[in-house]
Order: sequence, then structure tokens, then C-alpha cells
Amino acid sequence: MPSNAAALWRQYRFERRMFWRNRSAAFFNFLLPLIFLALFGAIVSGHQNELDVIVPGIAGMSVMSTTFTALAYNLTFMREQGVLKRIRGTPLPSGVYLGGLALNAITNTAIQIAIVVVAGRLFFNLGWPPQPLTLVVFVVAGVAAFALLGASLSYAIPSFESAPAVINGVFVPVILVSGVFFDVKHVPGFLRDIAQALPLEPLINGLTGGFVAGHGDINHHLTALAVIGFWALVGVVLAVRGFSWEARRS
Amino acid sequence: MASVEPAIEVRDLRKSYGELEAVRGIEFTVRRGEIYGLLGPNGAGKTSTVEILEGYRERSSGHVSVLGFDPGDRPRELRARVGIVLQSSGIYNYASVAESISHFAHFYPHPRDVDEVIELTGLGEKRDARARTLSGGQRRRLDLALALIGDPELIFLDEPTTGFDPAARRGAWQTIRSLRELGKTVLLTTHYLDEAQELADRVAIVKGGRILAEGSPSELGVGRGSRYRVAYANGDGEATVVETDDPTRLLHELTGAALARGEQLRSLSVTRPSLEDIYLELTADA
Repeated sequence: MPSNAAALWRQYRFERRMFWRNRSAAFFNFLLPLIFLALFGAIVSGHQNELDVIVPGIAGMSVMSTTFTALAYNLTFMREQGVLKRIRGTPLPSGVYLGGLALNAITNTAIQIAIVVVAGRLFFNLGWPPQPLTLVVFVVAGVAAFALLGASLSYAIPSFESAPAVINGVFVPVILVSGVFFDVKHVPGFLRDIAQALPLEPLINGLTGGFVAGHGDINHHLTALAVIGFWALVGVVLAVRGFSWEARRS
Repeated sequence: MASVEPAIEVRDLRKSYGELEAVRGIEFTVRRGEIYGLLGPNGAGKTSTVEILEGYRERSSGHVSVLGFDPGDRPRELRARVGIVLQSSGIYNYASVAESISHFAHFYPHPRDVDEVIELTGLGEKRDARARTLSGGQRRRLDLALALIGDPELIFLDEPTTGFDPAARRGAWQTIRSLRELGKTVLLTTHYLDEAQELADRVAIVKGGRILAEGSPSELGVGRGSRYRVAYANGDGEATVVETDDPTRLLHELTGAALARGEQLRSLSVTRPSLEDIYLELTADA
């Protein structure tokens, strides 16, 4: 039997190949952050303060959409189609299979973050990220929390037909309230409190430190990191307790 | 030697879902190299039983052994030695037939040759077709190919021909028979009588979570009360059916009486109950 590392690599490469085969999905996956950047770049063009908000905001949204949204959607699809159950009947260890799915999602996160970094440098006067360590730490923490929460959410989705409604029902309010498109400072107090307790606002807070000069080093964002860490723990508990390999029987 | 030990042993198996007791004390043994059929209507407890043996479900109580392992522990070695064809299971839609099979081959320690399995399952013409373009029957053959690629000793087939047209069923049956020639053990669940009769060496009829009868398809026909059915048209042309354990004596009496009266016994037939009769008798709601 192949070693787990070799099996994980093979599973990852297979998932990547399948990802690129679904061309329209792959295309829009990478076009989406670019469209948002172009639109908001045009809207707030010339106002550096606002560009400084938009770029880390879009980066945070990218982390969430490539992990949380994509995994909740894919896991629901695979479960309802019976792929998960079939895989579970083979000697491939479950962890290797799920690891392959996670690495596939994380690769998309890395590509999207790279797109945002390059766009920030070329079109938004941001330069290269002044705090790359902060950027990397927060991307990694965000990926972990949102991937686990996405896997957990799939358990709450009863059927594939209801997946878009449930996922968008979470995703859209969270990106609106968390300051993807505006500075959270302008949000009413109670909404800001809610946003700061959710994982996306702290992620954008840390990414702002990574992308924009003058927001201090990683020590200035430790509270935000702790909130993301808390959500990652919640994600671990929910994902382990609730994960289902089989389609629901109606 | 391993081959002495049965492939599957089930003793007093029980499975409850809350209040509902789906499996109520099922017992059977599947010998190495045989095709064993679990036959019964939907909701009889077949799928629950098989999914416990496949390691998908935990049993409530009872003893279960598959190739000497407890499937409840889901040992990796056991999963490497069985092949599972579920009633419906998804596949990577964007992978070709050959790609899927060769990807799955890497899950196993001693896989069979990919081309050989493609040949065996009759997918040669479709080897480069994406799974999403396959017909229902072709997908089913791909299911079988993915179950066979690891060169399993034991294969679970859950309703393998549901939804097939008659020609496709014959083809699938041929493939399943070829598994026996390869020395494989097969546990087949089906609600088709002809399928059980055609393929299985032994059949268990399952209803309400229990096994109602077990034996070879022909034994089941004779075994139950050893009833023979003698039918004829009497002197007035009325159809008459008599059931008996001793058809020799009955025929002697009937034909003797008819000869004495100078009549013929028209439409005379002697039949044993078919598996279908047994099945319908056993599974009818009394």
C-alpha cells in the first residue's frame, strides 16, 4: 500500500486535474476577485484610504470563498452524489481523501491571494505587502478556520438543491457586515460587535496589517488572531462531531 | 489455511434505528467462492445487513465476521480485500473511465491490471469517455470496475441490475458469473427472483428483518414441505389442483381411476413450486 504522503499527493493532483476540467467553474473562481477589485477600484479610484480598505477586504473574501464556500459546496455535492460513501469503502484513509480536498481548496486560496497582491501592487498603489509574515499567518489561520467551518456547514445542508441558498445565506451577510467593501468604523456599534466576534472581520483586520503600511506588525493583531483561532476550534469540534459520509435519506 | 474459514459469518445480528428494529436476529454463513443471494422486498433489512458487513453501519448486537475481521472496526486490510458496489454512488464526473479506474487502483496494495478490468466489464469502447457522458448501464459497469480493480476476494453487489434493460441484465449476469470462475465470493442483494435463481448458489429470503428460508434455489423449491402440485382437468373439464408429498401414489390413483372409467386426464401436469411461489408465499402479508 502506498504511504499516506504519496497517497495524499496523488489525491491532491487528481483533485487539481478535476478542478481544471470544470472550466467554467475554474474560470469564475479566479475571475471573481478580479471583478470585485476592478469594480471597487473604479468606484473609489483616487481615494487611497478606501483602496487601503478594499484590497484586504477582497483578500479576506477570497479566503472565505475558496475554503468555506467551496468546501461546503463540494462536500455537500460529493456526499449527496455518493462519492464520499464510495471512497469510504476503499482502503484510502479518510484523512488522506479529505486532506486532498482541503489542499485543493487551499491552492485556490493561494492563487487568489497572489492575484490580489499583484493587483494591489500594479493598480492600487499598495506596493508589495509591508508585513508579509502577518499576511501569511492570517491567511493560514483564516484558511484553517474557514475550511473547518465550511466542512461543518455541509452537515447542516440537507440536500444539494438547498446548498446555494444555505451557503449564500451565511456568506453574503458575513461579507457585508465584516467590512469587505467599507471600513468597519462606519458601521453601527452593535453590528460592529457582531462582526468582530465573527471570523471574517478579524481576518480582514490582520490582512490589513499585512497589505497596508502603518498598521503595525503582527503583535498589533493578536486579538484578531485569537478570535480566528477560536472559530477554528469551533470548526474542529463541529466538523468531527457532525461530519457525514452519506447522503440523507428522506 | 484461510480458505477453510467462511467468507462471511453472521450470528444473531440485530440493528435498531430508534424504535424501529430493522434487523431481528439474522444468521447466515457465506462460504468461500460461492455466490450468496439475499432476496427480499424493499425494507426487508437486506441493505442494513449488507451495510453492517461493509463497515458503513454499526450493529446493535450480534456477531459478524468478514474474511475473519470485524467490519465494525473498519480495518484498512479488510477494505483492501473487499469490493463494494452500492445501489447508487457517485463518481468523478470529469474523469474518464480509464482515469477513474487507474486512480482507484492506487488505493490498493495489489490492484489488477486496468485494461484487464476495463475488458472484463465491457467498457473498452468507453475507456476515454468522461463519466458524465456514460449511460446508466455504463455507469453501473464502471461501478463494478471500480469494485474489482483492487482484486478483491469478496464482492458486495447491492441490486446490481436495477434499471437495466433485459440485454444489459444478461450481460451483467455473465460478468457476475465470471467472478465465480475467478474464485471470488459474492454477496448479492436483489429483489429480482430470476436474478437470484440465475446467479446464486444459495439464497436467503429476508423479510421483516429475519431470514424466512435459506437454501439453493432448487432446494428452496422442494424443501418447503416437499409439496408437489398435480393439476388436471376432471371428467367434467373442471381444472383441479392437488398438492401432495407423494406424487407417485397420487398419480397412480388418478390415472388408475381415469382408466377404469375409460376417460383421459386432460391437462395433466406435475410441478414443484418455483422459487417465485416460495417467495410470494413467504413474503405475503398474512
